Amino acid sequence: MKKLRLIHLPVMIWLILFLIIPILIVIGISFLQRDELGNLVYSFSLESYATFFDPLYLGIYMDTIWLSVVTTIICLLLSYPLAYYIANASPKIQTWGIILVTVPFWINFLIRTYAWVLLLRTQGTVNNLLIALGWIHEPIQMLYTKGAVLLGMVYTFVPFMVLPIYVAIEQMDRRLLDAASDLGATKWRAFLHITLPQTKSGIMTGCVLVYVSTTGMFVVTDILGGAKSAMLSNIIQSQFLGSRNWPFGAALSIIFVVTSLVLIFLFNRAMQSRYLAAREGK
Amino acid sequence: MHMIELVQIEKHFSGQVVVHPLSLTIKEGEFLTLLGPSGCGKTTILRMIAGFEQPTDGDIFLDGQKVTNLSPNRRDLNLVFQHYALFPHMTVEENIAFGLKMKKTPPSQQKERVEEALKMTQLTQLTKRYPHELSGGQQQRVAIARAIANKPKVLLLDEPLGALDLQLRKSLQTELKQLQRSLGITFIYVTHDQEEAMMLSDRIVIMNNGQVEQIGTPREIYETPRTLFAATFIGENNIFSSDGRLFAVRPENIRVVREINKASRKGTVQDIVYLGNVHKLIVQLDDEPMNVTAALDFADDRTWQIGEKVGVSWNPLHEVMVGS
Ligand SMILES: Nc1ncnc2c1ncn2[C@@H]1O[C@H](COP(=O)(O)OP(=O)(O)O)[C@@H](O)[C@H]1O
Ligand SMILES: [Mg+2]
Repeated sequence: MKKLRLIHLPVMIWLILFLIIPILIVIGISFLQRDELGNLVYSFSLESYATFFDPLYLGIYMDTIWLSVVTTIICLLLSYPLAYYIANASPKIQTWGIILVTVPFWINFLIRTYAWVLLLRTQGTVNNLLIALGWIHEPIQMLYTKGAVLLGMVYTFVPFMVLPIYVAIEQMDRRLLDAASDLGATKWRAFLHITLPQTKSGIMTGCVLVYVSTTGMFVVTDILGGAKSAMLSNIIQSQFLGSRNWPFGAALSIIFVVTSLVLIFLFNRAMQSRYLAAREGK
Repeated sequence: MHMIELVQIEKHFSGQVVVHPLSLTIKEGEFLTLLGPSGCGKTTILRMIAGFEQPTDGDIFLDGQKVTNLSPNRRDLNLVFQHYALFPHMTVEENIAFGLKMKKTPPSQQKERVEEALKMTQLTQLTKRYPHELSGGQQQRVAIARAIANKPKVLLLDEPLGALDLQLRKSLQTELKQLQRSLGITFIYVTHDQEEAMMLSDRIVIMNNGQVEQIGTPREIYETPRTLFAATFIGENNIFSSDGRLFAVRPENIRVVREINKASRKGTVQDIVYLGNVHKLIVQLDDEPMNVTAALDFADDRTWQIGEKVGVSWNPLHEVMVGS
């Protein structure tokens, strides 16, 4: 490990103040109780954790993990080819490609999500178009379904996947592909044996970013999912802001952070080759 | 038999001629070197032979077969890249086996060939290491092992020792030469180091600005350079002009005498260079603005002073015409 230097001090203070201490506070609150008015009662209790094992919450918990995993996989499948195309294009197309991928960030996130409502609702653009084309006769219920939430999540987080993968492909030493070709590899096998393993770090970063962001995103679920498709992040939000059950919200947060950490750890273990391990150990 | 035949190949990059039309045949088992200063087009020629660049015009034959339009993975030759281009995520062993794997060689044979290549390049102890865990010299060996494991008809080497320090370079030069002899594979070697070229090659192609200056054995090139560039690029030379002709005389063929009247040119000793195996005088000529370098005989035990007036002369048989 690198030695800590004085120059790291501001970062350390920042992390302690705004990351470590808040997490400790949340952990603390999760073991407390509350009175009828929602005020914290300072006595130790595991009640909040016990509540979590209610089938209602367990179901939402599994739904959330499932949605996040599926979102991550779809983002990866969409983003890799796109990032690959951009990274191998001419410098001009590369610049435009990256601008286009980041353009959505320039527009307020809520506005973008409400735009999906206009597209997906019963009287929305998509339904009207399909009816006008004669493909359907009754409007399809698209808004307020899990599919709409998935769509919104993928739409929101694709750039988080494209960018790290693009950087990894862009930074890869292209001479390795020449070497592979020289040694008899076809384009496809060179991609499989060289490009893919060489860009694994980008894939890993993108997957973790998308997964973690999806689990924490409640706005998309609120707007596109309606009441039935609540995710854990919606429950957490309502525990803190609506029901004023801070201990339960805190417990859910902790359960979720731990789950994410375990999943990310397992994912890293699965993805990491001996080579990456050797590199890091150096 | 011809292993490689280049027929009037040339290469333009965005309208600029980088390699002028070049014809060359290379025999089976020959060690041929492309020698020239940086930027003269050596790498481009190798990349055309390997298939990474298409010649703007002309044809390339490998072992009698036209390969001009064949992609690199379908040419039975291998290139050792200037910066090795080892696969960072593969061990030494995996790197070396890569070509065999791509050609779907049976696993038992793969193992055999990898072991053979490891042995020839003295890497047997390092099979499980990753490239970043190796020194420059070891990485170079892996690059060579990775190429020879495929038993290619021709091995192309692009300044393979360029990134190494002098000591290591010397010892690897010897190893390379021995390797080439024992494999019997045709080598096309690129370097800008004339000494390396002289030491390794059966034949040398001297290049300058995308053009061939001269092709010949090291001896031919040293003793009878055809152009001014060849005369000055290989070894040291003194270039004289008389009656509008240019000729070269090697320092070892220059005689320095104290009897000024017996000499063809007169001058002043400007510097005395003693390098152990060479003892040189630099003489500034009186009538021409040039220095003459003379290598002294070992039997010669005369002592010289800087500033001393001397005469220089040579046997006209040692004059080599290099242009006009
Ligand atoms: N892909 C390319 N596009 C444009 N110019 C190139 C390209 N490759 C090489 N050149 C130019 O061709 C010339 C010869 O390059 P190179 O063959 O690499 O020389 P060497 O290997 O002898 O140093 C150089 O002037 C270089 O700038
Ligand atoms: Mg070069």
